[in-house]
Amino acid sequence: MNAVLATILKRLGLGIATLFVVSAIIFSSISMLPGDFGQSVLGQSATKETVAAFRKELGLDKPAPVRYFEWLGAVLKGDLGTSFSGRNASGQDRSRKVSDLVMPRLWNTLFLAGVTAVIAVPLALFLGLTTALYRNSAYDRTVNAATLTTISTPEFFVAYILILLLASLWPVFPSLANVDASTGLGERLYRVALPALTLTLVIVAHMMRMTRAAIINLLASPYIEMARLKGASRSEIILKHALPNAWAPIATVIAFNLAYLVVGVVVVEVVFVYPGIGQLMVDAVTSRDIPVVQACALIFAATYILLNLTADIIGIVTNPRLLHPR
Amino acid sequence: MTEQSETYSATAEVGAVRKRRTRAERAWLLLKSAPPSAWFGMVVVCLYILVAIFADVIAPYGEAQIHPVPFAPWGGDFMFGTDQIGRDVLTRLIYGARNTMGIALATTFLSFLIGGGLGLVAAINRSWLDQLLSRMVDVLMAIPSLIFALMLLSIFGSSVTSLIMIIAVLDSTRVFRLTRSVAVNVAVMDYVEVAKLRGEGLGWIMRREILPNIMPPLVAEFGLRFCFVFLTIAALSFLGVGIQPPTADWGSMVRENASLIQFAKYDLTAAITPLLPAAAIALLTVAVNFIVDWFLHKTSGLRDDR
Amino acid sequence: MTADPNQPGAPGDILLEMRDVRIDGFSDERWHPIIKGVDLTLRRGEVLGLIGESGAGKSTLGKAAMGYTQPGCKIVGGTIRFDGIDLVKARDAEKRKLWGTRIAYVAQSAAASFNPAHRLIDQTVEAATRRGIRPDADSRADAVELFRQLQLPNPETIGNRYPHQVSGGQLQRVMTAMAMSPRPDLIIFDEPTTALDVTTQVEVLAAMRSIVDEFNTAAIYITHDLAVVAQMADTIKVLRFGEEVEEAPTRDMLERPKETYTRSLWSVRALEKPEVKSEDIVLSIDHVDAAYGPFKVLHDVTISIPRGRTVAVVGESGSGKSTTARVITGLLRPEVGSVSFNGEPLPASLKDRSKDQLQRIQMIYQMADTAMNPRQTVFDIIARPLEFYLGLKGKAREDRVVELLKMIELDESFMDRLPSELSGGQKQRICIARALAANPEVIICDEVTSALDQIVQEGILKLLLRLQKEFNITYLFITHDIATVKAISDEIVVMHRGRVVEQGLKSEILSPPFPDYTRLLLSSVPEMDPDWLTDLLAGRESRDPA
Repeated sequence: MNAVLATILKRLGLGIATLFVVSAIIFSSISMLPGDFGQSVLGQSATKETVAAFRKELGLDKPAPVRYFEWLGAVLKGDLGTSFSGRNASGQDRSRKVSDLVMPRLWNTLFLAGVTAVIAVPLALFLGLTTALYRNSAYDRTVNAATLTTISTPEFFVAYILILLLASLWPVFPSLANVDASTGLGERLYRVALPALTLTLVIVAHMMRMTRAAIINLLASPYIEMARLKGASRSEIILKHALPNAWAPIATVIAFNLAYLVVGVVVVEVVFVYPGIGQLMVDAVTSRDIPVVQACALIFAATYILLNLTADIIGIVTNPRLLHPR
Repeated sequence: MTEQSETYSATAEVGAVRKRRTRAERAWLLLKSAPPSAWFGMVVVCLYILVAIFADVIAPYGEAQIHPVPFAPWGGDFMFGTDQIGRDVLTRLIYGARNTMGIALATTFLSFLIGGGLGLVAAINRSWLDQLLSRMVDVLMAIPSLIFALMLLSIFGSSVTSLIMIIAVLDSTRVFRLTRSVAVNVAVMDYVEVAKLRGEGLGWIMRREILPNIMPPLVAEFGLRFCFVFLTIAALSFLGVGIQPPTADWGSMVRENASLIQFAKYDLTAAITPLLPAAAIALLTVAVNFIVDWFLHKTSGLRDDR
Repeated sequence: MTADPNQPGAPGDILLEMRDVRIDGFSDERWHPIIKGVDLTLRRGEVLGLIGESGAGKSTLGKAAMGYTQPGCKIVGGTIRFDGIDLVKARDAEKRKLWGTRIAYVAQSAAASFNPAHRLIDQTVEAATRRGIRPDADSRADAVELFRQLQLPNPETIGNRYPHQVSGGQLQRVMTAMAMSPRPDLIIFDEPTTALDVTTQVEVLAAMRSIVDEFNTAAIYITHDLAVVAQMADTIKVLRFGEEVEEAPTRDMLERPKETYTRSLWSVRALEKPEVKSEDIVLSIDHVDAAYGPFKVLHDVTISIPRGRTVAVVGESGSGKSTTARVITGLLRPEVGSVSFNGEPLPASLKDRSKDQLQRIQMIYQMADTAMNPRQTVFDIIARPLEFYLGLKGKAREDRVVELLKMIELDESFMDRLPSELSGGQKQRICIARALAANPEVIICDEVTSALDQIVQEGILKLLLRLQKEFNITYLFITHDIATVKAISDEIVVMHRGRVVEQGLKSEILSPPFPDYTRLLLSSVPEMDPDWLTDLLAGRESRDPA
């Protein structure tokens, strides 16, 4: 059991170290800003004093490592800084706290991703498992061709086709997924139907193909042939001989695709004008609102790292070689 | 029974001997064995390349030429109508092929130059340099690349140069990983050791012993990375932070004409207009994927056909 | 005849009958025959040895005896009747009832064939429990008894371990117990000892034989090693290219093989080079210690190699013989000690050696496949050392390549072939030509014949001997195969766990008195004598009553 614990701790440490480095990279992006940035945020008419005050507020007068640790400390306390937008040349400050901008939208994004995951993960595992079992059958070939096509298609293409069919020609669902804090759960589900469907189609394709490959790889092991030659039935082979060894690859597939979901959500939110964190980030990039961009990037990266970490840990705790050391 | 053993001769020894053929013959045989999907892929890619090269000749109008009628319907002077400020959609599609594919291709080449070169060096060196590069790549890959690209674009601005540089650097991490892993597998082969024992220099070993043997997976990866880069650039342009107007490009064309979809009930062709560039993107990536699928099947199959 | 497992037929009844069995395999985008019409009859309690070289189809035929074909293979003709049941026509469900209970299978790679997620005991009793042959608890007790009979250490508890927790030889015995647990009528042994070291092989063979005898189980024993099968089988069938060469009772086969091909199977064993003594030392390794990181693999190794002679280094896997080669070539820096060549010390590291020093010592590898760049033609491969060391160019270089090809008994038509277009023996010949191209004084041969079929081995060994005579080349010949040692060496070095056990002339080493390890090693090599294993075990027991 100690070997497992040690491996997990090592992996956790690595994850935290990665997160740390990633946060440093995201932070240092602000240092790469061109010198006249203050001017461009505040407008050409801003006085030297206002620009200087703005730079001081950003902490640009302090050395970078000091600023980094101050920023990191603040982030850990939930303070993500202040948005650039809402400022003007006169030095008047109507900007909002980044955390106030991000939090409600983060919840929206998690809701959309969650709905998608609930549909997509079981569906993909089912399709992946069945196509692996009946590989090279007509069923397998059809599913494969369909998913290969979906994978090669940009998310916005899938999204617009769905809009064309289900919102425009036959208006079943709304093409705009505008929700706010007051929207009830039923209404919310109805409005996110199309974005969730788009994401599901894209994710299922990826996840199903990876599951299929992992299972086929597993079924090619000599111990599976041995199980057959011991007279095990198809279901016994799958449940007793393949499954106990499949957790690690399956967990990796799921984590990888949920991580992919995190990225796919950006485009889909923009298409459906869904008030999520992805759309917020794109808007912030367009307006070069760096604190918001940083906050969003940090959240996306942390989610990504966390998912991969989880998959690795599942892989560790299901590995018999680690569970039962020599 | 065979009496071969009594008149044993090394020349006559049978083994997995295949018929000797010239390079052209082999290429033709390979093509002949290609499945319909791969043929479809090759034809589509060739067409795209032709359109991209001869864009000036084929396109009915200038790339940014504005006509007085915005949102003109299909037919007449404008086969696929005009866009929101009156540019011919067909013309934009044709120039889009050149711009979008050109930028994606340049990016992929650059990313292979960076990632492939460093990957090879890391695989042969296997010391602190390998460690350093591998850890750096681990960290870079811990951030989703679209998110990272968005962040960097917000800092450096959305020019074509920064777009190519940013995506190439981010994408090179994946090329690095692949190159390194396949090159490490080749570098431990006995024939590389033979070359080392002979006293060959690093350059010779890289060029003559390792590179020719890692080409098949790298070529396949080039196809896949091209698709990925192409889709990323299309997504960024669609989000409005990629290729900037007035340069014609498929991603932004979708965004610019997206509102037309609402009118599907009144004019279906108009509603399809924004889907045309999206379909153009999809068709190309599907085609490349078909070719890569076949190529991978072919090259991995060759290894165990004895 | 009845198919009821509770009423076993009388000994001597026909258990398995295969008639004109034909099997096709799918590769290179088409079907081609693997088994071309083979008959096989096996009676109850009989052990049949299936022997042949790689590609003979012996494993495919063995699995077909269960009615099973690997993915990518199919039975296209003939009948297979097991105790009256037609296995070609039988549905999967019917065959599953036989597999693991009445017919059991023992695979070559035990490490890969056990499920890593389950305990050994659970896998051992799985088949018997599934078919309800006896209560699960009885099966477990029985398995412990089988473990004991197979002389596994700690038979009571070893079953609670996981596959990765026990050694390869032990796993192979557990797999035999697994096959035996439901008391099958037939066991297929598919090269069960090929992956094991000789000293381990003896133990596993003895255990398998005693248990097959004990339960009077019929068996098909598949191997490429005639000496091994001679210990196990009552009858031997020789296969080649998917066809039967001949079948005969073991003793008849060994004493009076009818076919030339069968005789060629033990041709290497007939080769023996007369040893020649020499005092002119060309290469010497003096008190070398070497390590991979913290793992010390060589301890105080001293070997001297006389000019124009062959020194064979013998030992099992992990004995340090290949590491010794790495130290000589400069790939691994020794911690202590030195290597001298013609009386001059060689720099420890490859980088510090001169081109001339590199040229004088060449190396040939076990796997000719991986020792040649698959993207270079035979000409490129042989021509490079000519250009690199001797500065040959153009016509002179081409002429020399042709000359070298002649020396290795190939002709110039091979020049523009790729390695993938050569057979195994031809590949190894090209590697020899590449080494010769450098005009070396010493060639290190690392298991150069182990991956080859017997008849090809003989050709390569003869070639090496001829070249030695012609050019006075010195060989350092690393091998684990005693027959090869007898065939080629003048002197022998025995290595064990990174130390030199002894070095001396062949006649001295191969005759008593033996140090303990040499005796164990030499006595473990199977001989072409059906009584060898019996005599050996009897001898060991009388010497070592514990």
